[in-house]
Amino acid sequence: MPLLTVNNLAAAFHTRNGAVRAVNGVSFHLERGETLGIVGESGSGKSVTCYSLMGLLPMPPARIESGVAMYDNVDLLACSQRRLSQIRGRRISMIFQDPMTSLNPYLSIGEQLMEPLFIHEKMDRVSARNRAVAMLAQVGISDPEHRLKMHPHQFSGGMRQRVMIAMALITRPDLLIADEPTTALDVTVQAQILDLIRNMQRELGMAVILISHDLGIVAGMSDRVMVMYAGQIMESAATDGLFYQPRHPYTRALQKSIPALQPKGGELYTIPGMPPDLHHPLPGCPFAPRCDHARDFCAREPALLREAAPGHFTACVRVLREGIAP
Amino acid sequence: MTHPFLLIDNLKTHFPVEKGFLFKRHAGTVKAVDGVSLSLRQGEILGLVGESGCGKSTLGRTVLQLIHPTAGEVTLDGRLLTGLRGRALRESRSAYQMIFQDPYASLNPRMTVFGALAEAMRAHRKIPASELPVRVAALLQKVGLPPGAQGKYPHEFSGGQRQRIAIARALAVEPQLLVADEPVSALDVSIQAQIINLLAGLSREMSLTLIFISHDLSVVKHISDRIAVMYLGRIVEIGPAALVFEHPLHPYTRALVSAIPIPDPRRESARARLLLPGDPPSPLNPPSGCPFHPRCVHAEPRCAQTVPALEPWDQPARQTSCLRLKEINTSDNPQTDQRG
Repeated sequence: MPLLTVNNLAAAFHTRNGAVRAVNGVSFHLERGETLGIVGESGSGKSVTCYSLMGLLPMPPARIESGVAMYDNVDLLACSQRRLSQIRGRRISMIFQDPMTSLNPYLSIGEQLMEPLFIHEKMDRVSARNRAVAMLAQVGISDPEHRLKMHPHQFSGGMRQRVMIAMALITRPDLLIADEPTTALDVTVQAQILDLIRNMQRELGMAVILISHDLGIVAGMSDRVMVMYAGQIMESAATDGLFYQPRHPYTRALQKSIPALQPKGGELYTIPGMPPDLHHPLPGCPFAPRCDHARDFCAREPALLREAAPGHFTACVRVLREGIAP
Repeated sequence: MTHPFLLIDNLKTHFPVEKGFLFKRHAGTVKAVDGVSLSLRQGEILGLVGESGCGKSTLGRTVLQLIHPTAGEVTLDGRLLTGLRGRALRESRSAYQMIFQDPYASLNPRMTVFGALAEAMRAHRKIPASELPVRVAALLQKVGLPPGAQGKYPHEFSGGQRQRIAIARALAVEPQLLVADEPVSALDVSIQAQIINLLAGLSREMSLTLIFISHDLSVVKHISDRIAVMYLGRIVEIGPAALVFEHPLHPYTRALVSAIPIPDPRRESARARLLLPGDPPSPLNPPSGCPFHPRCVHAEPRCAQTVPALEPWDQPARQTSCLRLKEINTSDNPQTDQRG
């Protein structure tokens, strides 16, 4: 049985100018110990999907319009706040892009690290302290005894992200949601943090949902990848399948527009048009107006995710109907 | 090579750090740029890479005289820029312009696109008001915006379009040198590609000299003729873009290149990664000797004492500063990775 099964999740922000359909019918599942990468550009709904699961969306203006998210026989979207609080921070943890804004500047690192242990495991101070020291050492922070007394501003960006990871993993969760965990960091520090997440995952055997805009990070970390656009999943497949046999024009367009994969100096492919306006969802495929391969029916028929090859899902109506030459 | 179009000679920008509120005392000096020499030919694109705090933005700003250097000279097309003051400095600015990372912050929200572009034009050239609409329209066309954009305000545009407006504004005074500081870092991948294409095209058509500052090596590799890698205020390696990227010489450049994730799962899992320990050191308290030695796997005791100078490797255009350069690069280390 999968660790997490999400079915037909839809979330919208209700503003004065109407509803913004940020997530629109997203379904996926996650096995124990698996890493699922979610890629997409800003506004694609990748973060909102995970915030919905964690009950972290500000409501109002946000509202979960529909959906079920089964985690260990509990529906995360419908259960009581009390029940959710027991799961969140203990069985499911989350790390964010900017460690400075997610750490409390007034509290020492030690207080913040031990807090989940006091709350979730009713641990006493001494054993909580020992666990915190061990955890800091595990995420590669030297002299952990001494560091416990320090405050977030005394750490560098990379160290803060290590502290965040220590904090997220101190309760040994089954699932870690990492939302752009290295976007604010330098490349060499990014490499350290990704390496750390990989090692911790192996040690704890936890599942990871990795949200990123960087196809490179996702390629190196994930077992499976989901590509999102305009609040919908465009394509979902095992990492190799997605990168080597993409079955959606949007995935291909993304690949063609990254300089890393292109010969030097040549003109980069650019996706024509503008990102979609989520106030007014289109009846058909949201990518159709910008797609080189669009046909008449693309603008009419809803783009639903279907299996095109074993384990390889695409929402492209044209690929499913007649295929597109690679 | 003909005479260099832009010549940067031993440029230093130091910032004093003071402590205390009433009685300020000198607490140290941040050597943001510490002895950088570069020469660019006309129409060349130089990529400047490095991690945060390495001084790449300060170097860009110092070249454009937005910050006065502590020492050193900048010469553009035979004219000494450092030392210009007041009116002479203001007038010289039409020859060089800057593009910033965040187009949301660098455009005046209360000015229409026409206003912003016309203001820049009139500040530097005597252009009759009747000619402005035609010129603004031509400029917008050059950066790929519809003529209808003239009457709109910055908030009506997306991030990529705003960056186009910022580029148009920089081009309004017909500069010869452009410094672009992280111009695509705030943009989504598909929009990034548009701006990279635009800048590369403009540089080609107008033989515009461009210094492209970015932390993203794969973007820099794509657009640049040459790449300079900075670490703690100094250039540690410089050379033709493809060579620096594919066969980096300096241990720092090697680590930097190997840290970039490649969007190709098989290559990504197959390659060896050179993980650098620690964080980039604080520029307030830089290490002695080679600034990179505390994080370098090849460091020896002498690296902590002697500051290495930039020296040519196999060709004069390819220089790097490392005391152990020969030993490291001939004892045949496994090449970090081969990229296309």
